[in-house]
Amino acid sequence: MASADCSAERKRYVYEAPVQDLIDELGKMPGIGPKSAQRIAFHLLKLPAQDALKLSHAIARAKELVRFCSRCFNVSAHDVCHLCADSRRDDGVLCVVEEPRDVVAIEKTQEFRGRYHVLQGCLNPIEGIGPEQLRVSELLARLEPENVTEVILSTNPNIEGEATAMYLGRLLRPLGITVTRIASGLPVGGDLEYADELTLGRALEHRRALD
Amino acid sequence: MALYRDRGIVLRTYKLGEADRIVSIITEERGKVRAVAKGVRKTKSRFGGRLEPTGHLALQLYEGRELDIVTQVESIQAYRHIREDLDRLSKAIVLLEAVDHLAHEGSPAPHLYRMLAGALAELDRSDSAMLVPAFLLKLLAAEGFGPDLDVCVVGGKADADLDLVALDIDRNGAVCIEHRRGVPVSTEAFAVMRAVMGGGLKDVLDVAEGPVTHEVDALVGRMYEHHVERRLRSAHVLDRA
Repeated sequence: MASADCSAERKRYVYEAPVQDLIDELGKMPGIGPKSAQRIAFHLLKLPAQDALKLSHAIARAKELVRFCSRCFNVSAHDVCHLCADSRRDDGVLCVVEEPRDVVAIEKTQEFRGRYHVLQGCLNPIEGIGPEQLRVSELLARLEPENVTEVILSTNPNIEGEATAMYLGRLLRPLGITVTRIASGLPVGGDLEYADELTLGRALEHRRALD
Repeated sequence: MALYRDRGIVLRTYKLGEADRIVSIITEERGKVRAVAKGVRKTKSRFGGRLEPTGHLALQLYEGRELDIVTQVESIQAYRHIREDLDRLSKAIVLLEAVDHLAHEGSPAPHLYRMLAGALAELDRSDSAMLVPAFLLKLLAAEGFGPDLDVCVVGGKADADLDLVALDIDRNGAVCIEHRRGVPVSTEAFAVMRAVMGGGLKDVLDVAEGPVTHEVDALVGRMYEHHVERRLRSAHVLDRA
């Protein structure tokens, strides 16, 4: 009886269908709980109609146009992304990353002028993600035709990223290509006392002469 | 709701929100604990790389309603050789997955913590082909699924010279030539498994990789998956790798 009362009570406070649908859809987004979904939904409802339409068009357009670059598997609005299409970049150096977000992070440094290859994930044995779920065979297929001389393994320095880098290193070294791993060390602006033993150990091991 | 301290080993992690992780830890006193590590994915996190699987830690946590919150972490062992060698890391991940299967939240299991800490320390010292099967066999024994390797589990005869030729995984023990069923097992593989169960672990870890270690590895993997009723996913993924 009590639970029937409860559900009747809940029904009375449910929003009109279009509002509730919007809240439900927003609630499916990562990191958005029911309360945040409700807040965003009401924000959208308060917006001028043309601003809300702009958002819906942006979503529809992105879904329609965005695909993976056929060469590097970064997100792209064309068959080949703008980084692969740029003839000024160095074909000989290939930077391997896990996700498209990592390409942006490296591009922001303005230190790298080579090409990229996005694996679209990393090895995660406990989750059952092995090399065949990643763009590994596509990476191997690029090396010879593109005359790649160096592969920089820039997977995340966590356990899955390290495992991926070690696995790729094993595959690539016999092919006679220079295989390098992005360096690990202390973050600029960080405190030495908070560095973990592994990071500090690596930073000491790979220390460099002061110019 | 209170602060508490414990020692533990990180079994696995899950991304949470922008920069946080949920870490699953086998602790010495509280069994498996799931806790939120805030900001741990940022490069300037004060937890650094400590809260990664295989991390052996002294922890301070804040007790939460559903998930605890990691407030301080110090490394007990960094297991650097494991982290920097794919073969050792692959083995370590199988150990972590097995302990993750068998440990439960709110149920203290100091033996699992101690076994895992011992196995990881050994793996950091040397990369033995027998480490994973020996650990899984010991784990099965600790959980009450230790196989009977000295008598025929069908006929019941206990003769040292009796020809034990196979392993009946359902009945969890050896079978003689007369009652042969299940998986055929070589005399050498029986000897290695008996040594693991009977206090000869140190010698077993020195056995060089070869047909016998592969046989025991495959056999123990099947026994584990049968009795624990869970698939050891990491073992299969890394086989393919």
